[in-house]
Amino acid sequence: MKNILDLTIRETSDLLSSKQIKAQELAQAFLERARGLNKKLNSFITICDDAAFDQAKKLDELIANGQKLNPLAGIPVGIKDIFSTKGIKTTAGSKVLENYIPVYDATSVDRLKDAGVSIAGKTNLDAWAHGSSGENSDFGATSNPYDLSRVPGGSSSGSAVSVASGSSLAAMGTDTGGSIRLPASFCNVVGIKPTYGRVSRYGVIAMASSLDCIGHFTKTVYDNALVLNVTAGEDSFDSTCVPKKPDNYTTKIEKGVKNLKIGIPKEYFEKLDRKIKQLILEAVKKLEKLGANIDNISLPHTEYGVATYYIIQPSEVSSNLARYDGVRFGRTREQFGPEAKRRIILGTYTLSSGYYDEYYLKAMKVRRLIRNDFIKAFQKVDVIICPVSPTLPFKLGGKVNNPLQMYLADIFTVTANLAGVPSLAVPCGFIDGLPVGMQIVGPDFSESILYRVGYAYEQGTKWYEHKPEII
Amino acid sequence: MKKNSALKTQDSAFIDIDYVSKLANLPLSNKEKALFEKQLKDILNYIAKLNEINTDGVEPIAHIVDLANITRDDGTSPSLSQEDALKNAPKIYNGFFEVDAIFEEQ
Repeated sequence: MKNILDLTIRETSDLLSSKQIKAQELAQAFLERARGLNKKLNSFITICDDAAFDQAKKLDELIANGQKLNPLAGIPVGIKDIFSTKGIKTTAGSKVLENYIPVYDATSVDRLKDAGVSIAGKTNLDAWAHGSSGENSDFGATSNPYDLSRVPGGSSSGSAVSVASGSSLAAMGTDTGGSIRLPASFCNVVGIKPTYGRVSRYGVIAMASSLDCIGHFTKTVYDNALVLNVTAGEDSFDSTCVPKKPDNYTTKIEKGVKNLKIGIPKEYFEKLDRKIKQLILEAVKKLEKLGANIDNISLPHTEYGVATYYIIQPSEVSSNLARYDGVRFGRTREQFGPEAKRRIILGTYTLSSGYYDEYYLKAMKVRRLIRNDFIKAFQKVDVIICPVSPTLPFKLGGKVNNPLQMYLADIFTVTANLAGVPSLAVPCGFIDGLPVGMQIVGPDFSESILYRVGYAYEQGTKWYEHKPEII
Repeated sequence: MKKNSALKTQDSAFIDIDYVSKLANLPLSNKEKALFEKQLKDILNYIAKLNEINTDGVEPIAHIVDLANITRDDGTSPSLSQEDALKNAPKIYNGFFEVDAIFEEQ
């Protein structure tokens, strides 16, 4: 039998329900690894030994009594430290909330608990999810497990690293402009940004409310679908959460890609790094061999994505962060780090009297044009494949003094948030030992199709078996 | 293609940091003000790219996946207790949040 730390959720779940392993053994093994690696990787702000063990013990009793359980039961899950977790410190990566202990759970956390997961810990992040590298955390940067001198990508840095380093089997993240897909790509894991409104935002500390999406990381595409089966769906506590019934994301996952139309948007490949381009086009070729039809398409407003995003996002950030005043919880506003302060100032400016039309309103018009590009493209193709990042994982410290350069790391990911459409980041190989990922983007609520494409591709490549040497 | 309400570029892009930090209730050091002024100028110049796009007659987007009004019955249901709601407050007084005086001279 394989080492229990090397299994997928699907395999682990089978072993648990057939009583070949115990949930307590599993919790023990994962917590030991998480503790052991945390000094090097700093992927967790809090590791939850007691909660994980209590849950595992309860679960072993249920299994012994022959209860039928959700496939996620007993699975160690990391939770980005921006999700409210009842009784567990939730910092958002910021000193402002370093002493904050929520009195309720986020809806997604609540649903995961109902499915029986064991919460391994709260993962590190760029403070308030502001960043593309993980370096903006007030609790220290997280390192990339494939090269400790490089960034893991952000803002859901610790979540991606906890899965990549085998310290959890799944981890929750948030994606406002690429914060799940970028770290997924930099760490060789699968990450989903669902359609806006597919998963409830309730209880997740808000960054930019019209863009924020709740998603997650796993090693494999199938595992990723298992988690969305639990988190997706209507929530009376979040009025932007869409009432449409979610699919079962695993039932049709093995259907293949025969006759599926895949679009390749020229704007994402024109100036792309030669080696990254080559890897992604190789992946597209594999899908073509499996029966997909490939078509060239255009998303003409792509180059305006970052500019549009850096009006809308800071505007909404300045509004959402206005509530942190140190009166009801947390510390006072002086405690904000430099990136949050920069965004509050920028957003307050773009929303201020006399500037609103010039900036926010203009950006919301361009946002419509960006969405229209996607709607038009999806009349012609079923999914779009494009890169996640214009570069390989960069060196820690490489971009910290140049915010604009850091913002441009999101150039290929912000468009899906602006358009609201879902996007799945899937590993597609390595360059000089560093992971590269691609995005599979689809129309609203097409997560099932994205999983089908990702699954078909993954069967022939299994990049998740290329583990970092550190573990 | 330029519109009348063009975004400011180059030297005209300028944020009055003192004024904006007051609006945002965000105290900044002089060093932070100087740094942000420079960095935000670069960002505003980049954002001015949007001037290239003609948005005449384009309706600004509202909810991105066209969700209509969501309503529910106006009923009561259990919510946080007063004790829980006050649990993280730095200062409380008789079951209330305590704040510094706003209208009186200190």
